[in-house]
Amino acid sequence: MSDFFTLASLVFVVGSGIRLATPMLLAGLGEAIGQRSGVLNLGVDGVMLLGAFGAYYTILETGSAVAGILVGVAVGLIMGLAYGVITVTFGAEQGISGIGIYLFGLGVSDLLFQKQVGTPLPIRGFSDWHIPFLSDIPRIGEMFFQHSVLVYMTFLLVPVVAFLINRTTFGLDLRAVGENPAAADSLGVSVARVRYSAIMIANLLAGLAGAVLAIELGIFQQNLTNGQGFIAIALVYFGAWRPTGVMAGALLFGLVSSTVLQWRTLGIVSGAASSLMAMAPALLTIVALVVISRTVGQPSALTRPFDRGK
Amino acid sequence: MVPLAAVLASFVIGAVILLMLGADPIEGYRALVDGAFGSPKALSHTAMKAMPLLLVGVGICIAFRASVINIGGEGQMIAGAIVSTVVVLNVGDLPPLVLVPLVFCAGALGGAIWGAIPGVLKAYSGVNEILSTIMLNIVAVQFMNFLLRDPIMDPAQKTSGRIPQTERLSANADLPILPGASRLHIGVLVALAVAVFVYVLLWRTALGYRLRAVGHSAAAARYAGMPVKRTIVAALTLSGAMCGIAGAVLVFGSESHRFVTDGSSVGFTQSAGFNGIVTALFGALHPLWTIPSSFLFGGLLVGAETMQRAVQVPKALMVGLNGLVVVFVVSSERLRRVLRERADRETNRRADHSVDDPATGAGRSTDSSVSGPLGTATP
Repeated sequence: MSDFFTLASLVFVVGSGIRLATPMLLAGLGEAIGQRSGVLNLGVDGVMLLGAFGAYYTILETGSAVAGILVGVAVGLIMGLAYGVITVTFGAEQGISGIGIYLFGLGVSDLLFQKQVGTPLPIRGFSDWHIPFLSDIPRIGEMFFQHSVLVYMTFLLVPVVAFLINRTTFGLDLRAVGENPAAADSLGVSVARVRYSAIMIANLLAGLAGAVLAIELGIFQQNLTNGQGFIAIALVYFGAWRPTGVMAGALLFGLVSSTVLQWRTLGIVSGAASSLMAMAPALLTIVALVVISRTVGQPSALTRPFDRGK
Repeated sequence: MVPLAAVLASFVIGAVILLMLGADPIEGYRALVDGAFGSPKALSHTAMKAMPLLLVGVGICIAFRASVINIGGEGQMIAGAIVSTVVVLNVGDLPPLVLVPLVFCAGALGGAIWGAIPGVLKAYSGVNEILSTIMLNIVAVQFMNFLLRDPIMDPAQKTSGRIPQTERLSANADLPILPGASRLHIGVLVALAVAVFVYVLLWRTALGYRLRAVGHSAAAARYAGMPVKRTIVAALTLSGAMCGIAGAVLVFGSESHRFVTDGSSVGFTQSAGFNGIVTALFGALHPLWTIPSSFLFGGLLVGAETMQRAVQVPKALMVGLNGLVVVFVVSSERLRRVLRERADRETNRRADHSVDDPATGAGRSTDSSVSGPLGTATP
């Protein structure tokens, strides 16, 4: 245990925790936007898998990580359009249709990977960008300022998304549509257009999250996300629908994961016990759900399709 | 009709995918049907594959009929597998006549516990069961990994191979092979019996009536004096029990007669916890219609392997197409109408709430605690 509490080890744990949190944070921010508009997307994990494969395959073929990111985003947008048609235009039950999207993504990403690639070949993504001056600060620099540009970008998105939700006209419409679509509609806000936009942004970020995951790991395999998309959904509840809350949750999940990994590496816990510890974030989320359900209300119209005729 | 159209539409899209991957869709689908239903051996494989789908599917019927969305089939299957395995590891000497029924009961118990937790959380703390069941899936997977890597790990693996699995479980607990069959075991009869049981439960008992009444309208059920909260707990507990039996069947009906993990839930369940939702939706949430539905989807999963060999397209295609079936079924017009009617009722209910409690407006807390997501969902 004393090996763990050395400065070097703690610095490493924080640094890798931030990296592990990044894909979950991206997907969680997207899901928060979607849920603020009243749409629950349970298919995040499937979209992440498709985005991850899209990015992985593109980089494998072209060698360009930027192209990979763009493909991940494009995959997200396409899935967003599809989910918009399903939930907004057709008003389908969101909890169940999201599972359909998940299965679709799980199956198709695996199918394409096996058919087009077969054996997992590694890809090269972005090299870490050491921010000038800041990265030279002892310890602090190592923890926070020696990451890939994708990590910085993701964390910069937190205030951006908060601003979008709380300080812009679109954000106002978004919250209105999520709380009381009928009232928003009566004031001339197009519920369908706002929800479509929110879903597109949410899925874009999910696709991007998948791309980031594949690039950071440098590989693709069946079920690469291993449920991270589902965790992203939980983060939104955990963070009470606020971007900063989502970030706190993502960091917590990331830090717990990196701590477990480090303890395993140092031989502090056995492989078996580390599985037991990996239960902690999920259990914590359940506790958070109990607390939140008593104190914070979810967007009132969450999971409710809006039908103007009614 | 709608589910059939959904399957056909999915297969049209599947054909496009096959063409894009350079495979002949007609040849592929012929191999698929042949591999699924073309020979007695194929039918036996299909029945094996259908078994967990049917058990999970009827469990989903119970939950969805009560307007409770149970996404936790995966975790409940694992819980059933864990409890039944632990039981057999401890009392493996019992004669088969006692042990085999005990395996099913232990599986049901494990699943029931794992279903009761989100049920209680939903009924008494207002925790959305979609979220809690997803989280409990993660917990179950990691708990399974923990158990199979140490406490119940095969002693031989501890010293040599380190494969996370149990020892070969007591032969007394092997599910008996049906007369004349090579692999098909008694689990298929149990699954059929469970489906009939669930039908009787839902439509011929007071509890079943309450489950459906709560699913129809929690508010009306409450006015009628029904114990809504307890009914919600019962829905998830029973739903979990069915999934738990499926988990036990996967362990004790397997060829290796071991409980094995690859570290993920997909590795153990083959996504049956999710595919069971597809099966139940295709069976129109009716336990008896879920029987042919499970046979169809079991067949598709088995046939996908034949197709993989025939036209070199990975069987993962079928998981993707299952997802499309779900999407198409829930997007369909008929469901929209049903949901719209629910929405009306919910609007009325919300109006009632705002009268009761003008301060909190839409009666948010009560909403999430008593209505199911089909209810909350649509309302």
